[in-house]
Amino acid sequence: MENTFNKIIEINEAMKHFRDGMIIMFGGFGGIGTPPALIDGILENGLKDLTLIGNDSGFPHIGIGKVVSQGRAKKMIASHIGSNPVAGQLMTDGKMEVEFSPQGILAERIRAGGVGIPAILSDIGLDNDIVTSNKQTCNLDGKMYLVETALTAEISIVFAKKADPYGNLIYDKSARNTNPLVAMAGDLTIAEVEEIVPLGSLDPDEIITPGVFVDYIVPSKGVNWNWAWE
Amino acid sequence: MGMGVEIRDRMAKRAAEEIKNGMIVNLGIGIPSLVPNHLPAGTKVMFHAENGITGMGPSPEKGKEDENLCNAGGFPVSVVKGASYCDSTIAFGMIRRGRVDMTILGSLQVSEKGDLANWIVPGKKVPGMGGAMELAQKAKKVIVLMNQTDKFGNSKIVNECTLPLTSARCVDMIITEMAVFQISDQGLTLTELFAPHSIDAVRAKTGCGFVISGNVRVIS
Repeated sequence: MENTFNKIIEINEAMKHFRDGMIIMFGGFGGIGTPPALIDGILENGLKDLTLIGNDSGFPHIGIGKVVSQGRAKKMIASHIGSNPVAGQLMTDGKMEVEFSPQGILAERIRAGGVGIPAILSDIGLDNDIVTSNKQTCNLDGKMYLVETALTAEISIVFAKKADPYGNLIYDKSARNTNPLVAMAGDLTIAEVEEIVPLGSLDPDEIITPGVFVDYIVPSKGVNWNWAWE
Repeated sequence: MGMGVEIRDRMAKRAAEEIKNGMIVNLGIGIPSLVPNHLPAGTKVMFHAENGITGMGPSPEKGKEDENLCNAGGFPVSVVKGASYCDSTIAFGMIRRGRVDMTILGSLQVSEKGDLANWIVPGKKVPGMGGAMELAQKAKKVIVLMNQTDKFGNSKIVNECTLPLTSARCVDMIITEMAVFQISDQGLTLTELFAPHSIDAVRAKTGCGFVISGNVRVIS
């Protein structure tokens, strides 16, 4: 494959961009659509004190759950940690801070970060102290809204089905989930992809994430964990 | 919670009666996931999943699972003709914009006013709200399928929720193993009974008063 834009790199090269204490945003929903090689890279390189932003904490041995279960995160911003009991234990023991955001609002906060909007107004969760605490409110046309701030990350990691050398991405079915949003919200975005195809072979109409948002492309060897249903 | 398959199926079957042709419906995990098994053949309904599927179909047969085609609980599903995939913002945009006609979900407590508390037990269980707040607040109709009582025998239908609210005044209908209740501005009304339960038996296990419909249907 011609590496026209010098975006295609090996996993070892990609890992040079990571360091302890970083804010990392990850694509995926219950581990589906989370990049397996980059997750292993984080583990193998001993990265710690991370702040992780994404939909959920996966399962203990699936997706970002592998990183969480090894105690590598000091903080998570997520909508749900129920499928990973280790995450719940770390939170209860005070070893990992968890900021909960309603799922769709979390996705919009990530999108806002990715498209250069500082915050959104939301009426979701006004009846719950966990959602409203420490948030500004705003009165608009007589209705009260929460100011939900945008989220960005130092590095975003996503998983896609196909990329071309420019980093144009298409995803696979429900493995799309938060990936196109996360891809936009990283200061540096690394896409792990199942297949790299020649420039010009993706139909421009079908591209979900324009390569503008993708800095590096890492070839994937596919998922290396067993799913809960297997 | 120790509820027999037949009882769970009876509750799911009753919930399925609420689903009409053309609806977009989101189902929670547990008993709600049984609802599609009870739809009349030929019902045209699009099942919505928060992870970006509109038009979810049944579980594939063993060996035909696709790891990249799963429901919001992470289990393999299929899609029906006319299905589409989208990212998480679009999936929730459908909910907040009022395009999802119905959500059927479980709960820890529901108040007589329709307040829903379904994700936090302070000091014990804080799994996160996931998509429950958007669904409870913005789906056009909210149906709760749950046990009449918790494992200690306390009614899950209460005057005021003691657990933190997911959303206030959002539940339209409660289906338990004993009865069906409608919730309106007038409060809680018992409309149906599952045989062999009596109104008195339901009253003994309900933590608040309720109006009895003039015409209580008994479901055998």
